[in-house]
Amino acid sequence: MSTPLLEINDLHARVEDKPILKGLSLTVNEGEVHAIMGPNGAGKSTLSYVIAGREGYEITGGSIKFRGQEITEMNPEERAAIGLFLAFQYPIEIPGVGTATFLRTAVNEQRKARGEDELDAIGFLKAMRAAAKPLNITDEMLKRAVNVGFSGGEKKRNEVLQMTMLAPSMCVLDETDSGLDIDALRVVADGVNALRGPDKGFLVITHYQRLLDYIVPDFVHVLADGKIVKSGDKSLALELEKTGYVDIQQGLTA
Amino acid sequence: MVAVDKTKEQVAALGEKYEHGWASDIESDYAPKGLNEDIVRYISAKKNEPSWMLDWRLDAYSRWLSMDEPNWARVEHPKIDYQDAYYYAQPKSMAEKPKSLEDVDPELLRTYEKLGIPLEEQKILAGVEGYERKVAVDAVFDSVSVGTTFKKELAEAGVIFCSISEAIQDYPDLVKKYLGSVVPVTDNFHATLNSAVFSDGSFVYVPEGVRCPMELSTYFRINAENTGQFERTLIIADKGSYVSYLEGCTAPMRDENQLHAAVVELIALDDAEIKYSTVQNWYPGDADGKGGIYNFVTKRGLCAGRNSKISWTQVETGSAITWKYPSCVLRGDNSVGEFYSIAITNNRQQADTGTKMMHLGKNTRSRIISKGISAGRSDQTYRGLVSMHPNASGARNYTQCDSLLIGKTCGAHTVPYIESRNPDAQIEHEATTSTISEDQLFYCRQRGIPEEEAVTLIVNGFCREVLQQLPMEFAVEAQKLVGISLEGSVG
Repeated sequence: MSTPLLEINDLHARVEDKPILKGLSLTVNEGEVHAIMGPNGAGKSTLSYVIAGREGYEITGGSIKFRGQEITEMNPEERAAIGLFLAFQYPIEIPGVGTATFLRTAVNEQRKARGEDELDAIGFLKAMRAAAKPLNITDEMLKRAVNVGFSGGEKKRNEVLQMTMLAPSMCVLDETDSGLDIDALRVVADGVNALRGPDKGFLVITHYQRLLDYIVPDFVHVLADGKIVKSGDKSLALELEKTGYVDIQQGLTA
Repeated sequence: MVAVDKTKEQVAALGEKYEHGWASDIESDYAPKGLNEDIVRYISAKKNEPSWMLDWRLDAYSRWLSMDEPNWARVEHPKIDYQDAYYYAQPKSMAEKPKSLEDVDPELLRTYEKLGIPLEEQKILAGVEGYERKVAVDAVFDSVSVGTTFKKELAEAGVIFCSISEAIQDYPDLVKKYLGSVVPVTDNFHATLNSAVFSDGSFVYVPEGVRCPMELSTYFRINAENTGQFERTLIIADKGSYVSYLEGCTAPMRDENQLHAAVVELIALDDAEIKYSTVQNWYPGDADGKGGIYNFVTKRGLCAGRNSKISWTQVETGSAITWKYPSCVLRGDNSVGEFYSIAITNNRQQADTGTKMMHLGKNTRSRIISKGISAGRSDQTYRGLVSMHPNASGARNYTQCDSLLIGKTCGAHTVPYIESRNPDAQIEHEATTSTISEDQLFYCRQRGIPEEEAVTLIVNGFCREVLQQLPMEFAVEAQKLVGISLEGSVG
């Protein structure tokens, strides 16, 4: 019997006055990898922000449960502390704040929020180096300011490093493939795959099938006009690759 | 407050014989309100000053009478009635003083708590009745007890570190030679006032070739009553010597004296280096700016000798009004001036601060890194002058001026003056203005960092180049202070 990790039920959300999500339902169980595909403007990024609790994204109906707990009223840091992680499509630069410092602050703030002891400097450093190595992240890069002057690939590897160190149970990857060449994509995908496990869930949001060759999903959903309009297995992604989103959108209006 | 704890331990180790110190004869030691020649004479007499010192003060006073308050700074305050102030050991009327911590601005107390200041110390800092500085803290900072430990080591090195009052008695030749040599008596209205009525301050002399064996901190010298109001500091680094001086305290200090006008003079002779670090955290007033300190400071260093260096580092977070331009006169060839500044204003605070780099000698170099952070309804101005004189061939300046705005109701202004009268001199000026973006905050929060911690992290990142210049023991506290100063600025 699979245990639900993330349950989204009849979710409606708007940005300013514009409704974007219009009755979206989706359940990710432990151990599952779900992919969400869809055309531009379907609401893919909005979905990731709403799950993470970004301000300005107003939920007008429905619910989001995490391990059975309603999270729609929780702020972003509380959601993070219970195990929700969002890998950004465009990771944000924070000048002057070292990558390692940022990571240590995040790890310890989460531990604090959960009532755990903070990691000491040496314990943290060891864990960080161990996590950084397979991602080809050097000590020099860890000293640089968060994402400042990073290449597209470095930024995404940095996201995976954070994901590894924060050890969330539910990861949302928002267009992680954007801006990556094939080699970088492989490193990032390997990093994500290494984190897959029987108690973890992934929601991989992407526009292109390509990423799913590397991070192979258990389920594929098509998001269009704020709703999931079609679900299937991996073969659905390949089918979309051939036919494009036009058919689906036409199907909606027909 | 690490330094304070250390000092306390040392004092405790020295025994408790100073517990009741000197409270007795200080009680009635004050002059009436207002300023006139008699008050100047009174101050000088109280300190048993020699006649040359009194003459110097009287000269300053008579010049001050004909001077006007500067009004070019971008700050606003009601007109100051200089006759309505006390100029020596202000008697603190019991009616005005908080009776207990309950009467103190709760925001101030919260800050103390965050800095981890013990309750007894909090009462002193907040000026609670019965917890006057002279009774409790001066016993701790008694020059005899603490001094014996630190002064011994300093004496072995030949370094003189004492109050300026002591220096006037014990080292009159040095004081006569250097006092007013960098900031002339008539330099500006506030400096002239200070020259007439200065209460006390520090004096440092580092002899030729000596590297001062420790960071000199205001913690470790006698804190005569009221030094804060019209403080006078004079530091001389003789040829080839080095000294690092720390001024201030991360704890916000409440003071009944609204008007503060300090003067600091630094002199570096050939191959000497002076590093002067300040954390200024005077009471900024409540959220509406009521009751805060007006801080009008004149700080200037003279690189008198060849290859000398003066470096100012300041973290300015306190006071309702800050008017302050630590400057360097680069007279010696190849001398170097540096100014690293963080100024944070929140609520109703106003700061007009910056520096002046006067390049007189050949191949002189200066570097200005200014980080201004404005939040709340505060207003902040960077005002700087880089001046290349005709003889300053090969001189170079680099200026970087960054402003960070938090919220929509604060202001940041940059007023750089650049004068070059030497075609050989190079001047670079870079300036940026940015905000803490919603993207940055969300990114931090998604990683589990709560909003206020995120602001602290981002602002500390913004200030990093300057924080790195602070001596280690100050840097950690200053980082904490950055966060505290900005509390309530978001959300």
